Amino acid sequence: MLQFVSLLVRTLFPQRSTHMDTATKQSLDFNTTTFPNQRTDAQALKAAANEIRRDIIRSLVRAGSGHSGGPLGSADVFAALYFGGVMRYRPEDMHWSGRDRFVLSAGHMAPVMYAALANAGCFPKEELGTLRKFNTRLQGHPGRDMHLPGVETSSGSLGQGISIAVGMAMADKLVDHSDRRVFTLTGDGELQEGSVWEAAMSASHFKLDNFCWIIDNNDCQIDGRLPEVMNVYPIVDKCVAFGFDTVVVDGHDPDDIMRGFDVFLTNQANGTGKPTAIVAKTYMGHGVSFMNDKFEWHGKPPSHDQAVAALEELAKM
Amino acid sequence: MAHELLGQKPTRFGFGEGLVTLGERHSNVIVLGGDITGSVLTSMFKEKFPDRFFSIGIAEQNATTIAAGLALSGKIPFFASYGAFCALRNADQLRISVAYNEANVKIGGGHAGISVGPDGATHQVLEEVAFLRTLPNMTMLVPADFEEARKATIAMGEMHGPAYIRFGRSPVPMFTTESSPFEIGKAQVLTDGTDVALIACGAMVWESLLAAQELAKKGIHARVINSPSIKPFDFATVTQAARDCGAIVTAEEHQVHGGLGGAVAECTAKNAPVPIEFVGVKDSFGGSGEPEELMVKFGLTWREIYASALVAMDRRDRGSSGVRAIKDVPQAQ
Ligand SMILES: Cc1ncc(C[n+]2csc(CCOP(=O)(O)OP(=O)(O)O)c2C)c(N)n1
Ligand SMILES: [Mg+2]
Repeated sequence: MLQFVSLLVRTLFPQRSTHMDTATKQSLDFNTTTFPNQRTDAQALKAAANEIRRDIIRSLVRAGSGHSGGPLGSADVFAALYFGGVMRYRPEDMHWSGRDRFVLSAGHMAPVMYAALANAGCFPKEELGTLRKFNTRLQGHPGRDMHLPGVETSSGSLGQGISIAVGMAMADKLVDHSDRRVFTLTGDGELQEGSVWEAAMSASHFKLDNFCWIIDNNDCQIDGRLPEVMNVYPIVDKCVAFGFDTVVVDGHDPDDIMRGFDVFLTNQANGTGKPTAIVAKTYMGHGVSFMNDKFEWHGKPPSHDQAVAALEELAKM
Repeated sequence: MAHELLGQKPTRFGFGEGLVTLGERHSNVIVLGGDITGSVLTSMFKEKFPDRFFSIGIAEQNATTIAAGLALSGKIPFFASYGAFCALRNADQLRISVAYNEANVKIGGGHAGISVGPDGATHQVLEEVAFLRTLPNMTMLVPADFEEARKATIAMGEMHGPAYIRFGRSPVPMFTTESSPFEIGKAQVLTDGTDVALIACGAMVWESLLAAQELAKKGIHARVINSPSIKPFDFATVTQAARDCGAIVTAEEHQVHGGLGGAVAECTAKNAPVPIEFVGVKDSFGGSGEPEELMVKFGLTWREIYASALVAMDRRDRGSSGVRAIKDVPQAQ
């Protein structure tokens, strides 16, 4: 009887049982590896970024919709932030009152934040497979109502998260006089929202040296390249003019990203009163060659075959 | 059923096609993009009339106010984005620079309602009908299907004054045709009955037709009314329905507060008070999922309309709000 059933299954789904070797199947499945959060070397951060990228692919192919480009491109920044000892948190207690906070202003990049949190051990990696599905805690855009550990605020309407982060940094520094840090990541297309600059203005006005603004500068948004859609350059000069200690880093080089975070940590330690902006030069879709630097991948998930190809490529990285 | 299912298509495509027609007819129609031109189909206009398309980037407040400036210079600017961002992010700009100025600005608000699906609550706008309906000088349209969206887009472009059209992301049933009537300020009676009135807009019109079909099996004849013009509102047709039927169900892919249901309640409370049951999202945010499962979760199918019809009729028949007499009152014209 069992034999008959398996024969039937094989006849009905020949591709599944004959073509999918175990290696492929394993790479499509979530594993249970987690990463510690500590000062470490580039090699370790690269490994973490690679696992984040693979989890992004794994969750998006299951979701069947969602954003591949921005999340893949910012995976190295997330690896440094969550696994480089920069942000202080307790994966088993993301409500710990002493934690540093991260606000994903570019809410559509949720898959990379979810993958980073899962790889930190905030929730089971298996749950990444529920991304964008009915009743999931992993909403298409972060939803605070879902109480996913590590999601500090809802976001998805561009240009708001950075202001929320400024408010948090004000509470920490000006009201509570604590040394808690607040990090936020905006996209570069997001910089077109005027409210981003209102937030920037207040961060330096209030001398928030506990505030770190990361700009994912992939020069891509939905309709094309930034200068074609609405030019926001020069970004660095703008940040400087708005009173930020501004560092440009190679967003795919762990050492360089850490150099950026060190500028921030030094600003806070020395009480310079200057907020820090890290302009991370990245490529949309980085790590998956057929997505690399292509704005068309802003809001698309990989197909099954594309996911298999992407995972194979990432496994070799 | 008199109304045949002609296929499925998202209403946003009607908006895109309507814009192209407007571009062909009027050289002063201008379109502003907000970086999602493919999703809201302003891309169709951009392709045909590149000289009259301007990309403003992700800056909805700026785009709305730029549109006001263009309008005050004799142009007919359309700006389209997701409704969450081009009705509410820019609410103050719409109120002062557009509505108070009586600027001839046209807004296309896409991704309306729960049926957006996996993007989740942030993108599923459920409140903008309530807001826009309260703005003086504003015209607010919620077309039921592809063809009606096309007609409504052309009509709003060819009238003078601020106007907003709401459309959706996912495919919805098509049942109106080129010859179906559409006029700003008018509702259409789709099926004639006097047992209960089902007044709906957007994709809920089709669901109301399905509910009416089921009710008919029980011998209940429902009057289905399509009310795409939320403002100006067709008080006459709705008042008549209240008088003829004595019980109403409203249905919309929006919060139950302040939208079409609110308009119907305001109208009938003044002209012909009858029991009303409201089908819509009940004071909650949306969430991720596939459109079909979300529509069931949030109670936006013909089943809720059907059940609500029975409740409304029961309330009428038990006279629980003293409304039974309404049916016998001579009609004041
Ligand atoms: C206020 C607002 N307007 C529009 C959108 C739709 N939208 C989502 S992502 C995006 C592009 C963002 O570009 P960027 O910040 O560069 O992110 P990337 O494409 O690089 O991931 C847009 C326009 C939105 N989410 N919020
Ligand atoms: Mg970008």
